[in-house]
Amino acid sequence: MLLPGPLRGEAGGASRLSVTAAGTLRAVLDEVAAQHPRLSRRIRDERGELRRYVNVFVDGEDCRHSGGLATPVGDDAEVQVLPSVAGG
Amino acid sequence: MATLLAIGTAKGLFLATSGDDRRSWEITGPHFPMTGVYAVAVDTRRPTPRLLAGVTSSHFGPSVATSDDLGASWDEPDHAPVAFPDDTGVSLGRVWQLMPAGPDQPDVVWAGTEPSALFRSTDGGRSFELVRSLWDHPHRPQWEGGFGGQAVHTVLPHPRDPARLLVAMSTGGVYRSEDAGASWAPGNTGIRAYFMPDEWPEFGQCVHKVARDAGNPERLYAQNHHGVYRSDDDGRTWSSIADGLPSDFGFPMVAHPGRSGMVWTFPLVADGERFPTDHRCRVFRSADAGGKWEPLSVGLPEGPFYPAVLRDAMCADEATPGGVYFGTRSGEVYASRDEGDSWSLVAAHLPDVLCVRAAAV
Repeated sequence: MLLPGPLRGEAGGASRLSVTAAGTLRAVLDEVAAQHPRLSRRIRDERGELRRYVNVFVDGEDCRHSGGLATPVGDDAEVQVLPSVAGG
Repeated sequence: MATLLAIGTAKGLFLATSGDDRRSWEITGPHFPMTGVYAVAVDTRRPTPRLLAGVTSSHFGPSVATSDDLGASWDEPDHAPVAFPDDTGVSLGRVWQLMPAGPDQPDVVWAGTEPSALFRSTDGGRSFELVRSLWDHPHRPQWEGGFGGQAVHTVLPHPRDPARLLVAMSTGGVYRSEDAGASWAPGNTGIRAYFMPDEWPEFGQCVHKVARDAGNPERLYAQNHHGVYRSDDDGRTWSSIADGLPSDFGFPMVAHPGRSGMVWTFPLVADGERFPTDHRCRVFRSADAGGKWEPLSVGLPEGPFYPAVLRDAMCADEATPGGVYFGTRSGEVYASRDEGDSWSLVAAHLPDVLCVRAAAV
C-alpha cells in the first residue's frame, strides 16, 4: 500500500506498507488499522467508511468506481491512498 | 506569569504569548496547518496547563490533540479521541467545543460535537465517551442543522454544582441537566424562533452562544439568531436584553469571569446582512447584566469594517483588570487589557479566526 506524504508520519515515516491480507480492499484496510490505528482513522471514519476527500486506488482504479471497500484485491496488487483535490 | 492566547483559525492554530501583562505578544504557528480549529481550551486545573485543540482536516477528518508543554509538542492517541459508537450510525463531523469541567472534577472535559451530541472525558481530554442521555433524547430527530452544521457548540458546567450542566445547540436551543447529564430538559421559554411556524416553541431555537455570569451562576446570557436574552433561573426562562443594542443579531456572547453583570458581544446587522452594525468595528459591553449597552471602539479600526466575529471568536481572561479578545473572519485579532475600554492589535492577516481562548499560564 502506497501512502501520500501527509500520512507517512502515521506509519513511522513509511511511504509503502506491505499487507498480507487480500481478497477485498476492506480486508487490506482492516489489517492496516490493526497495525497503524491512527493512520487508519485518517483514511476511514469510525463507521469504517472512506473519508469523503480521500481516494483509494486499487491497481490504478478508483475504488469508488469498482466496488468501494468490496473492491477485489489480488496478490501483488497495489493499493494507493491519495488525498483528493479539496480544501480552501 | 504569562498570558496565553490560543487562536483557532480555518487553517491551523496560532498561539500568542505575552510576558508583559498583555502589552506585546509573540506568536507561533500555524500548529496543525490546513486544519480547521473550531475548538480550543486551556485547562488550567492541572499542575501543568493542558491545551486541547479540536482540529478538522478536510481530507483526514476530525480529532482532538493535547499539549502539556504549551504547544511546543502535541499528542494524539492512536484511538479516535471522539467517535460515535457503532449503533448510532453516524460519524463525527467536527468538535465544536472543548470545555473543562469544574475544579472539583479535574479530569473531566466536555466536548460538543457535530452532529449534535455531548461527549465526556474522564482522562483530561485524551478519550471521550458519548453522553447517551442527550443522544437518546426524544427531541433529537427534530433538531435541525443551520448553515454551520448541526452542532452542540456550548457546554456550560455549573461552577458550584457538578450535577448541573447546560448545553446549547444550533438548532435545538438550550438543554439543561440537573443530574450530571443523566437526563435533559429544554430551557428555551421566552426565546423566540421567528423562523418557525410557532415562534415560541419548547425547543428548536437557534441559540448562537450562551455565557454564564461570574458572580451569579444562576444568571446566563444568550446571543441568538436574532434575540439577546438573559436568564436569572439557570436557563429555565429568558427575557430580552436587546434594548440598547444596535441589533439583536450576532454570534458571540462573553461574560466577565470575575465581575458579575459584565458581558460583551459583537452585533451584526441582521441574519440577511451579516456585517457589523453601521459597518463599524465595535464591541458592545454591558456592566449591568444587559440593562444598558455601550459601544467600545478605542483602538479598533475606524473606517468601514465588514468582517464578522464568530461565536467562539471572542473570550475573556481572568486577569485584573479583565482582558477581552476577539478575532475576525478577516484574520485580525484584537485584545483589550482594560475590559474593553481600549484595544490593540495582537495579530493580523491570519486565516479566518474561528475561536480564541486566553488564560494565565
